[in-house]
Amino acid sequence: MNGIASTTALTASLGLIAAWLVLGALGLARPNSIRWVARTLFPVGALIALGVAGAGAVALTANFTAQTAVLPLGLPSLPFHVRLDALSGFFLLLLGSAGAGISIFAAGYFRAGEGTAPGMMGLQYHLFLASMALVILADDAYMFMVAWETMALSSYFLVVTQHRIPEIRRAGFLYLLMAHVGALGILLCFGVLQGGSWLMTFDAMRGAALAPAWASAAFVLALFGFGAKAGLVPLHVWLPEAHPAAPSPVSAMMSGLMLKVAVYGMLRVSWDLLHAGPWWWGLLTLGVGLGTAMYGAIFAAVQTDMKRLLAYSSIENLGLVFAGIGLALLCRSFDMRLLAALALAAALIHSFNHALFKSLLFLATGSVMHATGERSLGRLGGLIRYMPWVAALALVGSLAIAGLPPLNGFVSEWLLLQAFLQTPQIPHAFLNMIVPLGAAIVSLTAALAGYVMVKFYGVIFLGQPRERALEQAQPAGWLERAGLSWLALGCVLVGVFPQVALDVVGRITGQLVGATVQRGPAPWWMTPLASNQASYSGLWLWAGLVLVVAATFVLVRRLYHGRVRRTPAWDCGYRWQTPRMQDSAEGFGQPIRHLFGPVFRMQRELPSPSDAQPQYRVQIEEHFWHALYLPLSRFVQRTAERVTILQGGRLATYLLYSFLTLILLLVWVL
Amino acid sequence: MGPVSATAYAWQLGECLLAIALAPLFAGWVGQCRAWLQNRSAPPLWQPYRVLRKLFHKDAALATHASWLFRLAPYAVFATMVVAAAIVPSVTTELPLARVADAIALVGVFATGRVFMSLAAMDVGTAFGSMGARREMMIGFLTEPALLMVLFSAFLAFGSTALPRVVEVVLRQPHIMLHPSLFFAAVAFVMVLLAENARLPVDNPTTHLELTMIHESMTLEYSGRHLALIEWAAWLKLFNYACIGFTLFMPWGIALHGAGPGLLALAIGALAAKLAVAGAALALLESVTAKLRLFRAPEFLTMAFLLAVLGLLVHLLLEV
Repeated sequence: MNGIASTTALTASLGLIAAWLVLGALGLARPNSIRWVARTLFPVGALIALGVAGAGAVALTANFTAQTAVLPLGLPSLPFHVRLDALSGFFLLLLGSAGAGISIFAAGYFRAGEGTAPGMMGLQYHLFLASMALVILADDAYMFMVAWETMALSSYFLVVTQHRIPEIRRAGFLYLLMAHVGALGILLCFGVLQGGSWLMTFDAMRGAALAPAWASAAFVLALFGFGAKAGLVPLHVWLPEAHPAAPSPVSAMMSGLMLKVAVYGMLRVSWDLLHAGPWWWGLLTLGVGLGTAMYGAIFAAVQTDMKRLLAYSSIENLGLVFAGIGLALLCRSFDMRLLAALALAAALIHSFNHALFKSLLFLATGSVMHATGERSLGRLGGLIRYMPWVAALALVGSLAIAGLPPLNGFVSEWLLLQAFLQTPQIPHAFLNMIVPLGAAIVSLTAALAGYVMVKFYGVIFLGQPRERALEQAQPAGWLERAGLSWLALGCVLVGVFPQVALDVVGRITGQLVGATVQRGPAPWWMTPLASNQASYSGLWLWAGLVLVVAATFVLVRRLYHGRVRRTPAWDCGYRWQTPRMQDSAEGFGQPIRHLFGPVFRMQRELPSPSDAQPQYRVQIEEHFWHALYLPLSRFVQRTAERVTILQGGRLATYLLYSFLTLILLLVWVL
Repeated sequence: MGPVSATAYAWQLGECLLAIALAPLFAGWVGQCRAWLQNRSAPPLWQPYRVLRKLFHKDAALATHASWLFRLAPYAVFATMVVAAAIVPSVTTELPLARVADAIALVGVFATGRVFMSLAAMDVGTAFGSMGARREMMIGFLTEPALLMVLFSAFLAFGSTALPRVVEVVLRQPHIMLHPSLFFAAVAFVMVLLAENARLPVDNPTTHLELTMIHESMTLEYSGRHLALIEWAAWLKLFNYACIGFTLFMPWGIALHGAGPGLLALAIGALAAKLAVAGAALALLESVTAKLRLFRAPEFLTMAFLLAVLGLLVHLLLEV
């Protein structure tokens, strides 16, 4: 297993990435042909994604040793270094397995006449995939940044696919801006990490002995840079704008995959290059993560646009991931390695789960949009009868993201809560009291996610169609269904065999923390701490639920009858029911607006009682815009205006500037 | 996991069936106590069984545009409660399936039932259905953190989240129950139990006023066998919650691993006695409290949460 297979895995993954690029270029041969680009090239891209996932899986086998290579690319003195180890293998596995589902779906999804020409879009799409894989494989700061920027740029072009709409252009600009602010943080972080040696390879950074203050500076910069990409509050503002603007497969890629690349970067820097650190790193990350999770969940609950809702839900989930990372850092600083491994495992499995179910849900919204042309929750409803497949698969995704057993979202949340349950053992007088309360936030967030998903699913798929046109909605094509089914299958499998996921991430916790959680007795049993302390079995729970449902069904039929009478809905005898009397998206979010009122910046227009045609309108914005970003942008604007005074447009003035500069430099030299 | 004998599975099945069979009786007992306390003539103890029989015999009337989810939900909700009953030790700790889910996973199982119920309520698309779903989910996300904090402070004292293990720990070292943190946790747990089971003061199980309903408004469109299953599931949920409370705060009487038939009979007797007392107490509690306005319910549940946190802090400050 050792030598040959390991080297092959690295070579194979590089070859597959190159194949993605070739595929993208091939699309330009017939850029306007949907048959060629979408129906032919995208399925091949999905196969390549499976290959990438396979290469990643090889890196996660027991005997694998990290493989490195130097590519004949890059600058003469700064060649590209690549490295495949367990951590990058895991994220390749994530990228490939979720990416395969998205590509298959995209093959059926893209249609001619929607913005950018299909060939161009195919190029951007595969470039985006390839650059994410290259970020994961990069082993020096130079290549990392090149791949990182390629990722940001290719996704920017995908976001502004429909660039004729001004809002989409604005969303794209905001995304690009925040991506660069974040990239600046990462660049500075690498600048600190090289520690004066000017060696940009990760190997050198790993060995560099940084002073504690510099290490902390690097950590904070990394948290800022990767946090901006991952959507941590308050750097999350681009996310709810950019995700809805992009076509659904692109939203799925950004939310399901790109945010995970940010998680990867954070793990690589904080655990691998910086070897963890003092406890406040952990507490900071934990606090930011929990705050983000809560904030995202609350805002998701009041959204009226289905893709914005999912974008806020991504913020929530990434918050949970960072909370897990923070808890692991905290425990590691007190040398509680087993607990650190548990929290890190929870964060990693949650990343994987989120890639599956969030991609699934974003793609499902794509199918809904194609079938109905609607994105606003207020004009949907009852689609379970017109799009049964999409509805059933979206139900799996919704239940999974709500963290309900026996699906996959529950597995990671359970692990995270188990980790929190052990935190009173932290040998620090106050942390051992404060940190356990984080569990309450995790469970509140999970329960709010349930609320959000009942709203999401209930308003889109259940009830009666809120518009007449919805009754003509067509079910999704078979490629779209295949993509959705693949992701839903992943949600079920991780939920049923949680120990397999734990085994897989065990390689990473072994590499980064030096400990792995206790193995369960079977692939479907988890006993991460001790066998008599906490246990969970996805398969048995599934079996139990299915068995009871089947037995009850058969018994009721046998003992009584199965007669059904179809009647109009009763609704307490009210005869003049219309679909408009169902809860709208605003209505369903009302308790949240009431409970968390001060969190929102709300503008409401209430109709007067005598109004013949009452209109109710509520607009919800974030305080961050008005308290932080708009003042910041005004400041930048004003400064820029003051600076323009220097630019008179007269040649003589500019010559004077040069002259003065020269004199100043001369004075300084002398 | 050691080898598990066939008798253990027999006990597991027996305990589960016992819960399914006893749950309506417990509900009947609570109803009877309530009637007595309110000077009404009480319905017979087996009234819930009669209700079930009547409903199972009736045709199920389905709204014309109800989907498969609406028909699946009663079975799914019932299944979650039956599985929960298999996990909670009510009579014996010799439950091979109790390891399938510890207490935290149990909270998740209850949440699954709640989400299915809410989705089904939204399926027909009536005003009351979606109103009930929204309220139920609101109460749900408020109770879950409180319940989790209760479990936290309980398990800090007992050192395990596996419920059968908790019973064993307490029965071997009874002085653990003297921890003051458990007192706070117990009070918080009772508050959570009231909210989760749609009891006063959060919801009124016997209300006929649609606008104040939470749980009932989700079941309005159900009839026949579907309604029977939902009612049964609700009774089973109350029964399960009562048994979780017994497990955490008064586990005496539960037969330990390897107990003979005599002890098991005794355990059933003890369970019956505990249920009788708990049911009477619940009826008393419900008779002396008034229903809260819906937006007062968060205050009630925040109080439960704070009590549980207080228990946690008391444990960390005084008991470590």
